[in-house]
Amino acid sequence: MARINLDHIRHAYGVRLSAPDDYALKEVHHEWDDGGAYALLGPSGCGKTTLLNIISGLVQPSEGRILFDGEDVTNLPTQERNIAQVFQFPVIYDTMTVYDNLAFPLRNRKVPEPEVDRRVREIIEMIGLSDWAKKKAQGLTADQKQKISLGRGLVRSDVSAILFDEPLTVIDPHMKWVLRSQLKRLHKQFGFTMVYVTHDQTEALTFADKVVVMYDGEIVQIGTPAELFEKPKHTFVGYFIGSPGMNVIPARIDGRTVEMGGQTIDLGFAPKIASGARTELGIRPEFIRLGRVGMPVTISKVEDIGRQKIVRAQFADKPIAIVVHEDGEIPSEPRVTFDQASINIYADSWRVGGEA
Amino acid sequence: MQKTWNNKAWFMVLPVLVLVAFSAVIPLMTVVNYSVQDTFGNNEFFWAGTEWFTEVLESARFWDALQRNLFFSGVILAIEIPLGIFIALNMPKKGLGVPFCLVFMALPLLIPWNVVGTIWQLLSRADIGLVGYSLARLGIPFNYASDPLHAWITVVVMDVWHWTSLVVLLAYAGLVSIPDSYYQATKIDGASRWAVFRYIQLPKLKRVLLIAVLLRFMDSFMIYTEPFVVTGGGPGSATTFLSIDLVKIAVGQFDLGPAAAMSIIYFLIVLLLSWVFYTVMTSSDAAN
Repeated sequence: MARINLDHIRHAYGVRLSAPDDYALKEVHHEWDDGGAYALLGPSGCGKTTLLNIISGLVQPSEGRILFDGEDVTNLPTQERNIAQVFQFPVIYDTMTVYDNLAFPLRNRKVPEPEVDRRVREIIEMIGLSDWAKKKAQGLTADQKQKISLGRGLVRSDVSAILFDEPLTVIDPHMKWVLRSQLKRLHKQFGFTMVYVTHDQTEALTFADKVVVMYDGEIVQIGTPAELFEKPKHTFVGYFIGSPGMNVIPARIDGRTVEMGGQTIDLGFAPKIASGARTELGIRPEFIRLGRVGMPVTISKVEDIGRQKIVRAQFADKPIAIVVHEDGEIPSEPRVTFDQASINIYADSWRVGGEA
Repeated sequence: MQKTWNNKAWFMVLPVLVLVAFSAVIPLMTVVNYSVQDTFGNNEFFWAGTEWFTEVLESARFWDALQRNLFFSGVILAIEIPLGIFIALNMPKKGLGVPFCLVFMALPLLIPWNVVGTIWQLLSRADIGLVGYSLARLGIPFNYASDPLHAWITVVVMDVWHWTSLVVLLAYAGLVSIPDSYYQATKIDGASRWAVFRYIQLPKLKRVLLIAVLLRFMDSFMIYTEPFVVTGGGPGSATTFLSIDLVKIAVGQFDLGPAAAMSIIYFLIVLLLSWVFYTVMTSSDAAN
């Protein structure tokens, strides 16, 4: 278990570098606390896996340093970094039994056999493959194979960190839930530093204490699930987290007021905005109240998703989503009000706070 | 899925059946026909029954040649398969080296058998050949025409030079199809280079290696052209393999009956041994 520092890491897969856009991973400078459970969340191709592989040493960063507990490991090969990693698709040793598969990382590190046996039995019990211990791994289902991969990641008790690269993609939904809870429990029990890559927000939010949202090769926000929901630092975070995502409406800011398509709202604070910046207002569908007072909207569609309804509407010529309780009434001349405390203001896509 | 039985399907495979009949079945049946008859020319044939089969199976000449064949195939497999895997493992996986290596590896395969024979015959000559002359200058009198061991070395080296590439290309194709994540996982698991080979590469190569072993076995067991060109089966009968002997009997002595009987026995041996190889190499799959 270790604290991991990423010191101004940048990475590019190509050779010629001229613009910042040539980097698959733009500057990442971040500290992962010892024993933290982190989720790396972002759309496909945003650099999550690259960042993970840089931590494990499978990829050498073009620039910057990696420190484990203050010690520079940038030039150490994967084998010497003491990292466990689980990949998206199952990797198993076909010719070995399930038991030997799990024992492999331990035996390679010359762990004494009684200790190997104790650890393997524990893990094999946890992933529910005890009955298969003596069977060849070859004939198992994709599900079971991935559990073996997961088990191999968890079997070592002395690792600096365990990295998961979308490990539950091939697992069926029910089992996903079970395994995620077990990972969470293991984390509490042993205090491993865990980094979990996913593009599934539910997975990220249930697994992690801290969620790291990445977008286009950059970390855009690090925060607890609640922070990401209430105060998205970047319009992308607002849009990506939550279902449906945050409404982002082009707006003109004037002191303490904001104006959108002829409608003016008092913000209660004066955002500090550099002149010439593109300004937008962000509000989550959950914090818009639909009723008979406020600003007029035109409803285009109502989606009933069970416990609530999602109302798609046109507001100030922009499509917005509004979440309404299942019994909520939809008036014939609908108007909306925004919950003042839940309004976020963005300048050039980044959130700006008040002066005070 | 539900299978439909439909006799019309036979019409679909009819063209290929006709083709196979003309190219394989009919010639084979002609051979069977010859093998049970005797002739003294004039296109007159007499029934001979199993006489030729008995004669072939009782001749020491046949068993000697068969032994040489088995030994030759054994040596060829023992050298070409490990060597082929070794070369494939060390070939570049990406970059400019890949097309270069592939073309370079494929070159020997593009050369006709008899040309390969001629090349090595020239190379091995002590008076003008690069290899033979160099060896002579080093104090090793190399003469494939008079020393049986030298003749064998020449034929084996020639076959290795000609056909190892096939094993390399097959093994290489198998290796590049292994996903990167396997190698990454072995790094994470702290596996040694040997363990990577033993537990990842070798199991993944099993199927292509089966093909390689079968092809190399069948081909080396039926070797004819190269030793015919280089040694002509000599010195003495040191490199007289079954196929060379067969041609001697059929074309040299024009004993059609014994030659036909021998062909059939030869064919059955190749078939049997290939089946044994296949069964042994796939049996571990079935055990699961």
